[in-house]
Amino acid sequence: MEAGGSHVLMKFTIEVGRYNPEGTYADDAKQGAPYPAPWASSPPRRYQSYEVDLPEHAVVLDALIEIREYQDESVAVRCACRSAICGSCAMWVNGHAHLACKSKLQEFTKDGKTRVESPPSMPVIRDLVWDMKPFWDNHRRVTPWLENKPLPPPMQEYRVTNEAMEELIQEVTCISCGCCLMDCESFAVNKDFMGPHALAKAYRYAADPRDDETQKRLGEYSQQGGVWDCTHCFECVQQCPKGVEPLEQILKLRRMAVNAGYTHNAGTRHADAFAESVKHSGRLNELTLLPKSVGFFNVLGQLATLPSAFNMIRAGKLPPIIHKTIPGVKRIKAIFDRVGGRFK
Amino acid sequence: MITDHDIVVLGAGLAGMRAALEAARNGTSVAVVTKVHPLRSHSNAAQGGINAAIGEGDTWESHAFDTIKGSDYLADQDAVEIMCREAPADVMEFEHMGVIFYRNAEGKLGTRAFGGASQARTYFVGDITGQALLVTLYDQILKAGVKVYEEWFATSLYMEDGRCRGVVALEMITGELHLLRAKAVINGAGGVGRLYEPSTNALICTGDGYGLAYRAGAPLMDMEMVQYHPTTLAGSGFLMTEAARGEGAYLLNSEGDRFMKTYAPKMVELASRDVVSRSEATEIAAGRGIDGNVLLDLRHLGPEIVLKKLPQVHEMALDYLGLDMLKDPIPVRPGMHYMMGGVKTDANGATQVPGLYAAGEVACVSVHGGNRLGANSLLDTIVFGRHSGKHASEYVKTVPDSKGGERLLKSEQARISDLLARPYTGETHARLRLELATMMDKYVGVYRDEAGLEEALKKQQDLKKRYASVAVGDKGRVYNQALTFALELGYMIDVAETIIRSAILRKESRGAQARTDYPQRNDAEWLKHILVHFRGDKAPEITYLPVTITKWKPEARTY
Ligand SMILES: Cc1cc2nc3c(=O)[nH]c(=O)nc-3n(C[C@H](O)[C@H](O)[C@H](O)COP(=O)(O)OP(=O)(O)OC[C@H]3O[C@@H](n4cnc5c(N)ncnc54)[C@H](O)[C@@H]3O)c2cc1C
Ligand code: SF4
Ligand code: SF4
Ligand code: FES
Repeated sequence: MEAGGSHVLMKFTIEVGRYNPEGTYADDAKQGAPYPAPWASSPPRRYQSYEVDLPEHAVVLDALIEIREYQDESVAVRCACRSAICGSCAMWVNGHAHLACKSKLQEFTKDGKTRVESPPSMPVIRDLVWDMKPFWDNHRRVTPWLENKPLPPPMQEYRVTNEAMEELIQEVTCISCGCCLMDCESFAVNKDFMGPHALAKAYRYAADPRDDETQKRLGEYSQQGGVWDCTHCFECVQQCPKGVEPLEQILKLRRMAVNAGYTHNAGTRHADAFAESVKHSGRLNELTLLPKSVGFFNVLGQLATLPSAFNMIRAGKLPPIIHKTIPGVKRIKAIFDRVGGRFK
Repeated sequence: MITDHDIVVLGAGLAGMRAALEAARNGTSVAVVTKVHPLRSHSNAAQGGINAAIGEGDTWESHAFDTIKGSDYLADQDAVEIMCREAPADVMEFEHMGVIFYRNAEGKLGTRAFGGASQARTYFVGDITGQALLVTLYDQILKAGVKVYEEWFATSLYMEDGRCRGVVALEMITGELHLLRAKAVINGAGGVGRLYEPSTNALICTGDGYGLAYRAGAPLMDMEMVQYHPTTLAGSGFLMTEAARGEGAYLLNSEGDRFMKTYAPKMVELASRDVVSRSEATEIAAGRGIDGNVLLDLRHLGPEIVLKKLPQVHEMALDYLGLDMLKDPIPVRPGMHYMMGGVKTDANGATQVPGLYAAGEVACVSVHGGNRLGANSLLDTIVFGRHSGKHASEYVKTVPDSKGGERLLKSEQARISDLLARPYTGETHARLRLELATMMDKYVGVYRDEAGLEEALKKQQDLKKRYASVAVGDKGRVYNQALTFALELGYMIDVAETIIRSAILRKESRGAQARTDYPQRNDAEWLKHILVHFRGDKAPEITYLPVTITKWKPEARTY
């Protein structure tokens, strides 16, 4: 019997976006710009192609390891678990954020090759290793720990329902890979935005029944850079490899903030104006043209947006903020439905 | 650059971060050095849960007995007592720190059953227990203001007047070497799974912590005790959880036989890990395997069980082998999973080198002996992580500041420069690593015998020689992984020697050590620990220690 087809080898071509601050490149590395090259501060890279023979079910990371071990030791790539658990191997694969260890080569081969590079919205250290400082800085901004309610008596747990805990588990499955942040369209143009992963974490602590600072948290998360700066572009839901659906956590947080009275703040503006202006069919490159003129950094009044979104969903249309017909459309509908349920 | 702290913790897995948190709480200035970001540590991988005798009717004695029996009576019973007594409070503390544990109908922590335990005492967060604990702990050390040096690779320990006084580490992003001077070092650098191929472990589990401590003079204990997990996915070695067999999956050989019936007529597939691993290895050796694997068959379980209760393994088989468990049996084989031996410590985490503490998988307080029970390892990391943090922070009060270390820093700089400058002769770290790891699996795996072990030692000595000419294929400074891989290989080769030599010495079968030439457990001669001491270019020195027996007398181990 065939052991899982693991002996069938296929040839794959990998084009690696190389960046070396020390300036040494192989002769055959071609100068190039990140795809689709929207990000002014992203340094130019060189692109170098490698051919690898791998089993047909191999993932992008298998190819990168093969290259690094047997063809070119100078290719820098972070990885640890190889099984979508540790969150190290997030990178751009064909122009979007993915975990290399979860991306099947066959699926990602386009025009005979797969292109990998560091995300242009982030500083790069070397090759596929990007600087996660913006990610961790945001992580710290949301006070990511429990501010305890008085502790229960010794050797006793807080009595909470399993449902209350399960409500938080979606965020706890987050592996901090950064896929959501690197493709977040709001973050791409607004470096003050805390970003999807951090706000999802914010929800996790704000909604934890064992936390004593919910009110204070909601105030902080409603400031500029917080929950109101999300533009509903849905990239975080699309790209998250673990189903965290940060947008859903953000919407829940907004609802909590509204209930807590944080409705009139500097960050809140009218949503529809934004929705109309951001008719980006493509991605970052078009977005970057917009923000300064439109100033949409702190848009989207919760109260204004959501009801209209629901109405549209009910009317069988998509909310205007969903700008692409994407495979995840069903999921965003589901998110609005789930969160919406709590608005009634 | 030279920086000073009271305590430097090496490693930011559960053990390292728990130690750091405790030391910070005790008012000492603590820095954590880790070669990957803390949340990338291998502790992430743990799915099943963490043991503690919390529930009504459960007792720490019962937990201790299960652990000791599981260890094949090689665990030190005083250490096991401490771990099992303190487990409930430690697990509760993680709940108080914010872990989203599963709750029962009363809103209290709820359990699941696990292998080798006489009661359901495993506490868990879905199938991401390790990750949930790790994230919470990371957030706690941020709260406590612990300094984290992430993506700093430790290259050696700094010794001064016979005490461990710090760590030399390579800052990967700049390529600069630093001396982190301290009054004490806590080693929580994790296991050495990648010394075997295949392994369930992350690629970063290369035994650096064993290598560093060993060379600094701390003996390694019970290194022959290497745990194999019976069901790891063909090729990649990913773990196919024990829960699959728990739900009723069969193991089949190439003839379609449910072979476990012959080896464990009562328990069949649910016999203990070491028993199932050995049975599989026997089938494969007898020519009844399929490309070195046996088959794990879940087809009869149906979509209801497979998709609802085992979604992760279903997805993995599909992702990595293209096989749908609902339709195809999947090839599995025993794969290296956990290291029961390690840097010998006492219950305070102190090693035999003053100022050097150790905790977690890298350490051997001796609570797992010859065979670790599932869900006891996470417990080990947090209980003994806490103890080492506490005792190290007391110890540092008695130690004066250090002023030295420049010489070591210079010599380490020279060593790295030499390594980078070494000419290419055809030896690469990747090829050597693969040769080493497949050799270990072949000769020092599930079954061992004199001839194979001697062959392994010869091969290891040969690899050690060849290692001296491994060239680094990347000459840059910034994020030079070829360099750190080469350094890791050095640690792995050292650790391999300690495992092989201990396995040669232990002329009996106990727990994970299954000697075909000595098939029986021999308490009269071998109810003792083997300690390996580094002796430079000479062969390591071996000493022995008796096993501490308190109230559980060794008896035959039947399940
Ligand atoms: C697939 C799998 C499932 C498991 N499931 C369970 C389970 O359900 N229950 C259970 O109890 N146990 C389980 N285990 C075992 C358990 O996960 C580990 O034993 C435990 O997490 C080890 O923790 P640690 O803190 O000792 O080390 P790690 O978490 O491995 O941390 C090691 C740290 O040391 C650092 N480090 C290493 N070398 C260097 C260096 N040279 N310089 C700087 N830093 C360095 C690393 O960066 C890392 O931060 C499982 C293991 C595997 C492989
Ligand atoms: S939906 Fe909001 S948080 Fe998510 S990627 Fe878009 S802007 Fe960012
Ligand atoms: S939310 Fe998803 S994409 Fe974002 S960091 Fe977490 S796991 Fe990664
Ligand atoms: S290597 Fe761990 S997530 Fe990809």
